[in-house]
Amino acid sequence: MLEAIDLSRPPMLAPTSLVLHPGQLTGVIGPNGAGKTTLLKALAGLSRGQGHVRLDGQPFVPHPRRLAWLPASRDSVWPMPASALVQLGLGPAAAPDPAAVAAALAACDATALAHRPVSQLSTGERARILLARAIVARPAWLILDEPIANLDPGHRLDVMALLADEAARGCGAVLALHDLDLARRCERLLLIVGGVVVCDGPPEFVLAPGILATYFGIRRDNHGFQRI
Amino acid sequence: MKAGLALLCIVLALASLALGPVDLAALWARDPELARSLFIELRLPRTGLALLIGAGLGASGAAAQALFRNPLASPDVLGPSSGAALGAVLAGYFLGAGVIGMAMGGLAGAGISLLLLLALAGRGAGTTRLVLAGVAVSMLLGVAINLALSLAPSPFALYDLMFWLMGSLNDRSLPQLALAVPLILIGIVLLLRAAPALDTLALGEEVAQSLGVGLSAVQARVVVAIALATGAGVAVAGSIGFIGLIVPHLVRPYVGHQPGSAVLPSALAGAALLSAADITVRLLPAGLDLRLGVLTALIGAPFFLCLIMGRR
Repeated sequence: MLEAIDLSRPPMLAPTSLVLHPGQLTGVIGPNGAGKTTLLKALAGLSRGQGHVRLDGQPFVPHPRRLAWLPASRDSVWPMPASALVQLGLGPAAAPDPAAVAAALAACDATALAHRPVSQLSTGERARILLARAIVARPAWLILDEPIANLDPGHRLDVMALLADEAARGCGAVLALHDLDLARRCERLLLIVGGVVVCDGPPEFVLAPGILATYFGIRRDNHGFQRI
Repeated sequence: MKAGLALLCIVLALASLALGPVDLAALWARDPELARSLFIELRLPRTGLALLIGAGLGASGAAAQALFRNPLASPDVLGPSSGAALGAVLAGYFLGAGVIGMAMGGLAGAGISLLLLLALAGRGAGTTRLVLAGVAVSMLLGVAINLALSLAPSPFALYDLMFWLMGSLNDRSLPQLALAVPLILIGIVLLLRAAPALDTLALGEEVAQSLGVGLSAVQARVVVAIALATGAGVAVAGSIGFIGLIVPHLVRPYVGHQPGSAVLPSALAGAALLSAADITVRLLPAGLDLRLGVLTALIGAPFFLCLIMGRR
């Protein structure tokens, strides 16, 4: 159980308390600048703001097997091979674990990229390598900022399926996303607007037409979403 | 690769002990006492200093590039080299100190520049603020060196100091070696211990923190270690540029571009490169007084240019 107690970072995030449950896929949606990244970072224990995070009743202490944080940035400075980058996800000075690295790469459909320098990959390919880095230590919690941005439609579905699998094995997965169709695959959605979680519940509740109209200014018709 | 580099260092160290304007073996036959003192008081400290200072510069460069996640960073950006140079210049004139006094002044200067850097950057500063503070401190100290030079009491003092600033290992003695050895070694050991954290920093500061890297502690340790390893070197030998910038680039492809794992091989390659440069300087014709710092810059600047052109 991941508890957020009075997390806040004015003006991006108003005081927020949440309880997240393991084995559940939670989506965080909201317009640009709403505070999704700020909330996720705070949940990952990386905020310089107020409040604190408790993991299973204990104050949160970072560890590769406890919680993985995936930032939205796809930057990579050093042209290291993809497999070496994934290995780093096992933690500083961790013993090389080629089996775990290969499994993580396979789960992200990136086995063929293992020996390529990450700097030469496309943004979408790099996104999959970075996701493999996040899951390689099989952490109890995954906090992922826009893991499916930059991915092609097929790989978006793959990643959503992968996260559902991770949740099924007991992992708590939280991801920010903009794709409201894929957001329906989450068991729980948090809608954040202006630094405040305004809606929290199952997708059919949070993605109701009235809420989409009010907070995103969109409606759905036969051709998909339309601007109101 | 590490074994190969270590072997290269040993070969260069032996060459450095054997080679020079004076043929020690021939001298030994004629005057063993003079040959012995030449060996112990000149060749030995010179060889030791070239290896150690090169190792300190190489390791510091690799660590600086890893910490700042920037392949164009060098230990000089943090300011301790400028601090050490200023300290040595001031000691050189106001105290009229000899080489040992200048080395002590250099160490004090490096220490003060480090305190200035940490005070400017503040506690728990981000890496960007740290590097900006470092650039500010280096520029300030560079101007202070120029000011001190323009206030030189005599043209001879100015000439001596300018020459000293160019960097050299000529006529260094055992006390200087004894002064620099422990400080540089402590610096290198601290950098080696930070290597796994520096590897993890390749993933970015936030991700490294989420993997359990204590960012402020690593930052503080690396900054202090760089100040020790480069400051002590500059204090004894003057400014020797470009080694800290180039060596990590030569080494990194062989360690899978892992920035932290490059620290140890960079130390070895730095030691080998500076020893080779020092032997070269020594073997040049007597009339051509090329300074060590000038030679490393002559090799380093074109390399740096290629690096930038290659990235375009």
